Formats: sequence, structure tokens, C-alpha cells
Amino acid sequence: MLRRYSIQLILIACGGLLTYVAYEELLSLYTLSVLMFMGVNIILSSSLNLVNGNMGEFSCGHAGFMCVGAYVSSVLGVWLFTKDKVFGVPLLDPEWAIYAFPFIILVGGVAAAFAGLLVAIPSYKTRGDYLAIITIAANYIVISAIENLGVIGGSRGFMGMKQVISAMEDVVYLPWMPIWVFVFTIFCVWAIRRYVSSTFGKGVNAICQDEVAAEIMSVNTNKIKTVTFMVSSGLAGIGGGLFAYIIGYVNPGSFNILKSTEVMVMVYLGGMASLSGSVLSAILFTLLLEALRPLQIIKWIVVPLLLIIVMQFRPEGIMGNRELSDIFPWLKRFYRFK
Amino acid sequence: MTETVKNRESAPVLEIRNLTQQFGGLRAVSDFNVCMKPGGLIGLIGPNGAGKTTVFNLVSGFYQPTSGAILVNGVDTAGMKPHQVTGLGVARTFQNIRLWNDMSVLDNIRVAQHGKLQYGFFHAIARSAHYQTRESQIEQEARELLEVFDLQDFADEYPKNLAYGTQRKLEIARALSSKPSLLLLDEPAAGLNSSDIRELIRLVRWIHGHFDVTIWMIEHHMDVMMELCTHIKVIDFGETIAEGIPEEIRNHPAVITAYLGDEII
Amino acid sequence: MLATIIQNLINALQWGSFYALIALGYTLVYGVLTLINFAHGDIFMVGAYIAFFVATFFLTTAELPGWAALALTIPLTMILTSMVGVALERVAYRPLRRKGANRLYVVITALMCGLILENANLALLGASRKAFPPMITEHVYNIGGVIFTDLKIAVIVTTILAFFVLHKIVTKTRVGMAMRAISYDKFAVPLMGIPMDNIIVITFVLGSGMAGLAGIMFAMSYPILEPYMGALIGWKAFIAAVVGGIGDIRGAFLGGFLLGAVEILVVAFFPSTFRDLIAFTVLLVILAFRPTGLFGVAKTTKI
Repeated sequence: MLRRYSIQLILIACGGLLTYVAYEELLSLYTLSVLMFMGVNIILSSSLNLVNGNMGEFSCGHAGFMCVGAYVSSVLGVWLFTKDKVFGVPLLDPEWAIYAFPFIILVGGVAAAFAGLLVAIPSYKTRGDYLAIITIAANYIVISAIENLGVIGGSRGFMGMKQVISAMEDVVYLPWMPIWVFVFTIFCVWAIRRYVSSTFGKGVNAICQDEVAAEIMSVNTNKIKTVTFMVSSGLAGIGGGLFAYIIGYVNPGSFNILKSTEVMVMVYLGGMASLSGSVLSAILFTLLLEALRPLQIIKWIVVPLLLIIVMQFRPEGIMGNRELSDIFPWLKRFYRFK
Repeated sequence: MTETVKNRESAPVLEIRNLTQQFGGLRAVSDFNVCMKPGGLIGLIGPNGAGKTTVFNLVSGFYQPTSGAILVNGVDTAGMKPHQVTGLGVARTFQNIRLWNDMSVLDNIRVAQHGKLQYGFFHAIARSAHYQTRESQIEQEARELLEVFDLQDFADEYPKNLAYGTQRKLEIARALSSKPSLLLLDEPAAGLNSSDIRELIRLVRWIHGHFDVTIWMIEHHMDVMMELCTHIKVIDFGETIAEGIPEEIRNHPAVITAYLGDEII
Repeated sequence: MLATIIQNLINALQWGSFYALIALGYTLVYGVLTLINFAHGDIFMVGAYIAFFVATFFLTTAELPGWAALALTIPLTMILTSMVGVALERVAYRPLRRKGANRLYVVITALMCGLILENANLALLGASRKAFPPMITEHVYNIGGVIFTDLKIAVIVTTILAFFVLHKIVTKTRVGMAMRAISYDKFAVPLMGIPMDNIIVITFVLGSGMAGLAGIMFAMSYPILEPYMGALIGWKAFIAAVVGGIGDIRGAFLGGFLLGAVEILVVAFFPSTFRDLIAFTVLLVILAFRPTGLFGVAKTTKI
């Protein structure tokens, strides 16, 4: 019994510890924010892995969907719960923010999922490098569309999300951001794992390995592609929403191709189609970036160089296409990874 | 209810009327007709490039015909995607084995039941009771099928690691996992050695008896066809040149001409 | 009215020239290796910087007259830029290719190489922009309301000439034949006694040389250099190559000019901030209707 629920218990313990530590301010604000970015990066890399790893497509525009989620949830939160120059008085009592916050993030995710259709529909007819272009174009389209939306700040960016968080803290004083980042990270990984381990979701792997055989063997490839792209971009939207509320400020420039590249690097570093690899590499990559922060601009020479070296010696990424349980079989006693 | 069952029984499993397929200037299949009663084991032969696989591709919905109609169990498949055609009860294997090589053998069988999952994305995420029952049914059916094909020992193996003959067998098992009423076998003996071929003949005959399925196969090994099929159709350059029972085909002048050329006769 | 059209046409051709030249490099490498060389935009940037240093050297240290400096700068820049491209191939791509790594890992390596080029430049030369020294004096002509400079015309003419030379190489020479053969069948070509690696090096030389040429002309036309100039223009040129049908050099050439024309037209009618939005949307629509690009041949799946 204990064994069966051990993972759940560990997670609850971790969440409790994180809340306690953040509440008592035992960790510096910096450490806490690194931990939160780690969570966001886990969401981003594992959701992109669904498309690039499991489905074998080559999406290079993940940050575009993140951007949609970030803006939708930011604008929604600010519009509903804060006094803002543009939107005027709050539409709802700011006290409600505490209940509405997860839904605001989810709405951002749903909006991003629909933005994912921008890529999903062309993917019916085309794949590979042509689809890669479509994702790049989609990323640029999202960014330049927001740059041209003067109402929400255009290229100057949009802010006011900190007020939503403080409205939540006014009702019950808890470290809300770490809590929600933790909850959503667990939710995303959990949802992806359930999706890819179901027979329904294994259709995704079938498409990757032989699309023709999949279609003829009764897999509705268009439907699976649509669902997968929507799930992937929707989770990216959730990650984007959290990212926006952590920083308290968004601007389109932070969701450019460079950001997409960063996420892509995490996926390939972890190993394609390996969920635990994505999680692991997101953690490592976040730590690496933070550790090299003192190098300033040199950081962006050292990091790519390290990656190139990793690719030379371990071209399949950290985990290959295996899960943690394939490397450490004793883990299977606690948890089924596949 | 009994009425429809009766109708189904009498209705042909597959009916093809005046099927024509044009690729640019090439007429790959021309005015092809067939009507299959349930329970047959029919052969389709012809020289290389005669359009045999094209016919299979048309039937499985991979190509849309230039003209003509294909009816599976009485339903016109015009405009249908391949997975919908499979849903009507057509399953097939491929000339070059197309298994999902990086998925376990068991998963290969499970995914082939995708058409009748009866649950969607949200059930899968929520792991609802419905999902649990369906998933365990699917797994059980898949394991039973593997056992029937004597593949149970390979359930967790990857197909790419299996012997060629076993892969062929697995591909047939995968096709049968969607419980088709019509099974299309595209050169199942290609690349097999003579003892594998003997086993294949036994296997096909046994499937035909055991699974209540109509089999239509393409094969170049004449002995396989002569031994298995009750009826053979011969095409060349997309046109039907002969059909009948194996003995008739064996001595049919048009068939001999098509395979060996005019000079011999 | 006619003057406006011709004016925009000249602008579009000149602006499209840069895209076309860079797209040629993308498409050459893709055609031979099916590798999206994402570092190519940055090779263009490096080309512009190399041109800057070479030109400065000839003008100030060697004190050559402008035309002589230009005549020396163009070939020297092209050669040096080619060497950068070949170096990338040797150091980063070839070992991966030898190991038979998944194509996507090579693509990631290419992306990383691009980042290194950008940031190494930033670290070495600092964030300040460089002003490109003028080598020749531009003359402005005004014919019937159409205003253009001799430089603009020179850019367009050079690009078209470069394309025809490249086209000749690819279609008429033995090397070109080998390049096309590799793009058809990677496995049979070495068996036919064609030295794969040499052909691949030549491909990178040609592609990077074109990027170097684009770098000089860009620096002469818009004489402000900064390390990130290659990134956006590179991505756009790549998209242009795909819209043309990647792997086909005619497609890349036309795709480049098409993208230039779309951008110039957008700026002529809308606020310039809409340029990327509309340009990318147009490309997306084109790809939606012709998924393999204008010249691309749809791959038929055989079963």
C-alpha cells in the first residue's frame, strides 16, 4: 500500500516542504525563483517532447504558444482583479483572485491550445522540415501580432500581474506562486504520462514510426495530431502563464525563437520521447544557466559549446528514448513510467 | 435485427465496380470488378507492375479511385480515409513489413485496435472507470491474440529484433486485431525461405478457418496460391485477363502469355 | 503610378537579393545533406564582419583606392566566409554524420553553432555597432520619378549573375552532378566512387561563399553592423527557401525575391511594424496550399 502510493506521498511531502520553506522565507527569493523557473522549464520541455519526441515532428516555435498563454492569462488576471490604466476598475472583487487564479492559468492554456491549431491543421498534409517552417512562422506571427496590439502594450510589454498575486496574498498569506508552479508542473507531467501511456496516446508513437501504417491500422492520424498539438501547445500556454506571473511582466521579445531554441535544446538533451529525460534535462539546464550566470555574455558561448560536446559524445541525449525505470529497474516497484 | 444479420451474411464482403485508377498518363488499374462472398480465400496475381498493390491501396482507402466504386460490407467507401475503411472491416499487411519498430509487440497489437477504443483524450487523462475497463479488455484481447499466434513470448520485445518470418506473422496478427471481415495480404511470402513458406500456408489456412474472415492475397509464389486459393484473379497492365479456379488459371493461355511472353507459345 | 510600381519593384529586387543569396546557401546544404543549417544566417553576419575588417584593412592600412579595395574585398571575403562554413562542417557536423546521429541532433548542433558565432562576436567585439567604411561613392539617379542608386542596381545584377553561375555549377559540372546525386541517394553515391566528404565541403564552400557575398553587399547598402543582424534575416531566408521548395536552387532564388517583394509591398501599404506579421502569414498561406513549396516535388509514399 505504502509502496503503491509512495510517489504521491513523496510529491505531497515535497510540495509541503516547498510551501513551508517559502512561507518561512528560509530560501532566498533568488533560489525560490530559480526553483519556479525550473518548474516552468519542466512543463515546456516535457510538452514539446510530446510533439518533437513522441510524434517525431520538428516544432521550433514552442515559445509562440507560451506567449499566447502568458498574454491571455496575464491580461485576464489584470482585467478581472486589478485597477489598471487601460482596463479601469477591477471587474470582480480582488478577493476572488485566490479562487480564480488556477482557472486564469488554465484559460491561458486553452487559448494556447487553440493557437496550436495554427500548426496542427497544416500538419495533416505536411511533415518534417516543411512543418518546421510552419512552426517558426507561427512563432513569428504570434509575436508580431502582439507587438502590433497597442492596447496591451505592444512591444513595450504588459505588467500588473504582481498586483493579482498580492490580492491573493491579502486574503490568505501563503507563497502562492511557488505552490501553483509546483501544482501545475506535477499536473503537466502527470497528464502527459497518462496520455502517452494510454493506447489512445500510443497512436502518437505509431504516427512517429510509420504514419502510413498507423492510418491504415485504424489510427485517426488527423485527430491524434490535432489532440497532440493542442495538448502540447496548451501545456506550453500554462507554462507561459506561470512564467508571466512569476516575473510580473511580459513582453513579446522574451518569447522569440531563442526561447524556442532553449526549449528544444532541453528536449534533445534529455532524449527524444523520454518524459523523465525531459524533466531531468529541464532541471539540469536551469541549474546550468544559473551556475553560468556570472559569465554574462560568455555564458551564451559556453552553453552552446557544452551542448555541442554533449551531442558529439552522446548524440541520443541523456536518456535516449528510455525512461528512468529502464535504467533503474527497481523504480518499477514504486511507479510505472510507461 | 435478424433481418440485418441475414442481409450482412448475404451481402458481399467486398464489391468493386468498374474501378479505374489513373496516375498521370498511366492507367494503373482499369475497369476492375470483383464481388466477394463471405468466407472466400481469393488470390490476385499478375506480373510485376500489373497494379495489384494499387488495387489493395484503393480498397484500403490509401488512394481515392479515379472512377468506380468500392463497397465494403455494402457501404460505399468513396471519400473515406483509410482508418474509416478499416473501421468497416478491412485490414491489411504490407509488401515491405511496416511494423512500428520502436513499440513493443504487445503495443503493436494494442494500437491496431485504435478504431474501437470507445474512449477519448479526457478519459485517458482522467483514467475513468470506462477507460480502465476498455484498456484491460484491449490488453486482454491483445494477449489472447498473441497467444493464438504463439507470439506471447515476444510480447515485450521490439519487432525490429524479431526474425523476419516472425515479423511477417506479427504483421498478420496485428491486422487481425481489428477483427476485420476482409483481410488483405500483400505478398506475405516475400522474403521467406521454403520452410517459412510451408508454415505460412498452414497459418493462412488456419486463420481462414479460425477467424471467420475473407482473405484476399497477392503472391508471387504460384505454389502458395495454387494450394491456398479457391479462386484466382489475374491482372496485367491494370486489366483483368483471367479468373477462375487454380486449375483453370494454370493453363489459361492469356496468363501464360502475360508471364512468359508470346514467343513461348 | 508607373513610377511607383517600378520604384517598388527595384526596392523589392534589391531587398530580395539578400534573401535570395542566403536562401541559396540553405537550399544547397539542404539539398545535399537534408540538413537545415541553422547557423547559415550567422555565417552571413560573419561574412559582413569579415568584409568590414578586410575593407578597413585595405582602405586604411594598405591605403588602396576605393575601387581596388572593393575588387579585393569581394573575393577575399567570400573565401574567408567559405572557410568559416567549412570549419563548422568539419568540427561540428561531420563527426555527428559519421556517427549516424539522428538528423535533428545535427540541426540542434547547427543552432548552437549559430549562437556561438553570434555571442562570440558580441564578446570579442563588444556590443557597439560597427560602421562599414564607404568604398565607392554612390550616385543617385532619378529617371522619371524613379529614384535609385548605382549600388542598388549593382546588388541586383550581382545577385542574378551569382545565381546563374551557381546554377551552371549545379546543373552542368561534374561536381554539381555529384551534388544532385547525393541528394537523390546517399547510400549509392559513395559506392559509385564519388568522394562524399569532398562534395559536401564544396557544397559548404559554395553556400557560405554566397552568404559572404550577401554580407558584403548588405554591409555596403546598410552600413551598420551588429552581431544579431544575421539571426532574423537568416530565419526569413530559410523560410523563403522553403517556400520556393527547399533543395531546389531556382526555388530558393525565387522564394527570396518573393519574400522581398511581399515585405516591400507590406511596408508600402501598412505601418512597417506589420511587415513580419503579414509576410509570415502570406508564407504560411502559400505553404498551406503548396505544402512542398513552389518548386518542391511532393514525395509520394510507396506502400
